[in-house]
Amino acid sequence: MITGTPKPIEEILEMLEPYDKIIVAGCYGCVTVCRVGGEKEVQVLASTLRLAREAAGRKIAIKEISLERQCDPEYIEQMRAYVQDYQAVLSIACGAGIQFLAEKYTTTPLLPGINTGFLGVTERQGEWSERCQGCGDCVLHLTGGICPVTRCAKSLFHGPCGGSVQGHCEVSKDVPCGWQLIIDRLKALDQMDNYTKLKPYKGWNTSRDGGPRRIVREDMI
Amino acid sequence: MKSGSNLEKVLAAGHFAVTAECGPPRGADPEVVRRKAAYVKGNIDACNVTDNQTSVVRMSSIAGCMILKEMGIEPLLQMVVRDRNRIALQSDLLGASALGVRNLLCLSGDHQKFGDDPQAKNVFDIDSMQLIHLTKTMRDDGVFPSGQKLDGAPKFFIGCAVNPFADPFEIRVPRLKMKMQAGADFVQTQCIYNMEKFKVYMADAIRQGLHEKVKILAGVTPLKSAGMAKFMKKMVAGMDIPDAVIKRIADEPKEKQAEKGIEMCIELIQELKEMEGIAGVHVMAIEWEEKLNQIIGGAGLLPRPVVE
Amino acid sequence: MLKAFENGADGVMVVGCLEGDCHYLSGNIRAKARVKRVAGIVDKIGLGAGRIHMYNLSAGEGSKFAAYANEFVERIREMGPSPINVARLKEA
Repeated sequence: MITGTPKPIEEILEMLEPYDKIIVAGCYGCVTVCRVGGEKEVQVLASTLRLAREAAGRKIAIKEISLERQCDPEYIEQMRAYVQDYQAVLSIACGAGIQFLAEKYTTTPLLPGINTGFLGVTERQGEWSERCQGCGDCVLHLTGGICPVTRCAKSLFHGPCGGSVQGHCEVSKDVPCGWQLIIDRLKALDQMDNYTKLKPYKGWNTSRDGGPRRIVREDMI
Repeated sequence: MKSGSNLEKVLAAGHFAVTAECGPPRGADPEVVRRKAAYVKGNIDACNVTDNQTSVVRMSSIAGCMILKEMGIEPLLQMVVRDRNRIALQSDLLGASALGVRNLLCLSGDHQKFGDDPQAKNVFDIDSMQLIHLTKTMRDDGVFPSGQKLDGAPKFFIGCAVNPFADPFEIRVPRLKMKMQAGADFVQTQCIYNMEKFKVYMADAIRQGLHEKVKILAGVTPLKSAGMAKFMKKMVAGMDIPDAVIKRIADEPKEKQAEKGIEMCIELIQELKEMEGIAGVHVMAIEWEEKLNQIIGGAGLLPRPVVE
Repeated sequence: MLKAFENGADGVMVVGCLEGDCHYLSGNIRAKARVKRVAGIVDKIGLGAGRIHMYNLSAGEGSKFAAYANEFVERIREMGPSPINVARLKEA
């Protein structure tokens, strides 16, 4: 899923300084699962903002809504009837959702309520970690199912580097060395010949480096 | 000759080679390089010039190499893949070769979080293994990796670093082999203190005949004090200093520890000189370049051979 | 909890079972974490973290409950009305 973290309330209050009547828009997709942008978070954020503004002597009116997904046009359309009645929309969906709202409602300012994080997994309740950078050219079949682009701090294709110590990355003792994980897994799978093969230079053109990406599926249009 | 570098010639002639390193300054003053280089001159076959080591911004490695060259010292260009994409790497390789730099060391580079600019974007477009391959392709095939023909191929004696002591140990020799296959002509090892472990590593490398295909220069660093030894063991990733080594220097009174460190370094070089498969030493006297003559001379490696 | 403040509470007292003795196993532990989060929020927006507090006691401890309630009320009295109520009073 796409993960994220809430923006500091001070930063949000500063963004909202010009406005007295806004929508706080959540999303039932990824950000609900990682507990940063769902219906409940909309309630918490809206309450917080109302309290803060009232305590500061300047009330704010907030409409609380959550859309099925902010990254699909049909759900975004559900706001069209009333969006012009508000001065701004504070979205706590991921960066994709916020931008899509902004694209569809061109005369309403869109404000981000969260910092979008990474494509990750739930390690346990309340803890998420990164797994994929969406580089557009998956090599997991060669690396024991562990991604060198994401799990190695240097995205090396022939790791580990000299900074790998007892399974930890040089960046932090809390970060496992991706290449140690890959090697352990390849050994367990009896696929160490994959390790010793020289890999071609990675084509980053399928990644963000090639410019904004688009997928077109003719069979679905 | 692949590059015609002095280091390549010395090794090809069967001499036990000696290299050292010079870290460029954190500023634009060339005198700092010249001062360090003066201690290096005459004691080595080539001198590494580091490339923003530990991610701390320093004078560029190519500029440092040129200052050495002006002084008649053969430079060895260190190049990390942290800060440049393949376009910049190729361009700098061409430039360095055009300026007469003939030795190259291909490295990953420490993560930028260790330097003064932890917020910097890192590159790692290709890795150090691939930089070896890229340089060899340009040198031997006369083409860019893209396949485009070069207007003059760069000439480099291609090196890389290996750490026989890092984790996991069992992939250390296979990695040496991979680097050899990628195109490395020589390797410089991480500082050796744990000879027992290094012997295990070398025995495996020799069994596979790797020492015949790639020149292995053993890395050594003289310890200035017991404090430095403890600090390095604790703080430097992949640094293996056995307690017995630390004890030997710690048993000396403080004022005699530096002298003991040099004595231990000389002993180590002499032992390495007799070891099968070791083609030379890389003496990293970190901020202690003035002792190079004493160490290298003490190990009976002076004067350095002149090979035409 | 935030709604209670919005509805005009000067303080919010949360009461849960004794730790390790929750009918919902770890419900009170999770409640504790949520109370901590709300305390952080109300502190950041200027209401004061002390306006919310969680107490743990068992169903049989009626007198203790009364003592805790009195203690909490006393604490909130000392803090005075919440800035929200002060603002509302001014407006009225």
